[in-house]
Amino acid sequence: MDTLVAQLQRQFRDYTISLYHQGFLDDQFTELKKLQDECSPDFVAEVVSLFFEDCEKLIGNMARALDQTGNVDFSLVGSSVHQLKGSSSSVGAKRVKGLCVTFKECCDSQNFEGCVRCLQQVDIEYKSLKAKLQDLFNLEQQIVQAGGRIPQVDI
Amino acid sequence: MPLDGGVSCLRRSEMIGIGIGELESPPLDSDQVHVLAVDDSLVDRIVIERLLRITSCKVTAVDSGWRALEFLGLDDDKSSVEFDRLKVDLIITDYCMPGMTGYELLKKIKESTSFREVPVVIMSSENVLTRIDRCLEEGAEDFLLKPVKLADVKRLRTYLTRDVKVSDRNKPKVPEDLSRFSSLAMVTPPPPPPPSITSVKSSSLEEIVSSSPPPSESSISPVDSPIRRMEMRSPGLD
Repeated sequence: MDTLVAQLQRQFRDYTISLYHQGFLDDQFTELKKLQDECSPDFVAEVVSLFFEDCEKLIGNMARALDQTGNVDFSLVGSSVHQLKGSSSSVGAKRVKGLCVTFKECCDSQNFEGCVRCLQQVDIEYKSLKAKLQDLFNLEQQIVQAGGRIPQVDI
Repeated sequence: MPLDGGVSCLRRSEMIGIGIGELESPPLDSDQVHVLAVDDSLVDRIVIERLLRITSCKVTAVDSGWRALEFLGLDDDKSSVEFDRLKVDLIITDYCMPGMTGYELLKKIKESTSFREVPVVIMSSENVLTRIDRCLEEGAEDFLLKPVKLADVKRLRTYLTRDVKVSDRNKPKVPEDLSRFSSLAMVTPPPPPPPSITSVKSSSLEEIVSSSPPPSESSISPVDSPIRRMEMRSPGLD
């Protein structure tokens, strides 16, 4: 019969693997995990939290720029998209990064409808990732509270 | 082995403090490598700062080229002889930044008398050959493709350590291995570089000071192959 810790560890492993397989995360997230240790045990959680704050701020900028009906500054939108692409790449937020590529193309071709669509998608996507990573971090906490170690997951 | 140079653990508020250049690492140990990191993205600053500290560097992270020049005392025309020579062993900067690009910062550093011999590494999310060439021609030591990984920083660290050793002065200036070119890595191993690359790319600080400007015929760039890391990436997600 599985102990609680073993069950939680298996859940954690399966969930982590699914996040990679479904394309939410890429190997840069793995790189971030390498930077976490006993001294900075919450490094990944803290960096992704800053990333999500960045998302909120940048998406707000993009929305405001796109809201200037008839006078949209696409280069301004594009510059925010570029920043979002950069930070999503740095944390391994694969889907968000992918959307930014499409979004940038819409900005470059001044495609207003395309930009609005991309903005909506990016907003949904970062919030979805935020919820999933919160679930993952919660699992980590439960494992630790149950006296177990967080397993190393090889993707 | 200390994981982060023995510096105290960071809390989130400290992370942000470092991120906006308000907080620096504890006082310098003269043997430790001190890196100035420049990036307008907070997330990237936090990551690069952690990458460097985990490889035992002291880090000062700033958010713009102007702040970097200010930190180095290069922001005005007054000579800065009155203050102690600031010990900076490496400058690592993002290329795309508002106001002053990493390239412009590189030029200013190479034009200065105090810091022209400090190796400057450029980071960019875009894999653009002409951009890479320009930076290397202007005297950049290396070019890293973002997102930066631990292996990239470890590689930088090893050639810095070689530079600092005085005993290397009389050794032949041949790159010990081609892995230092891995930011320009190709899927297949590159051919051995022609002699002109050796004189530019060798890691000795004395060479950087005395070397003449590199030839303009981009002998450094692997024109026949894409510049990539040794990993597979989905196309179009650059």
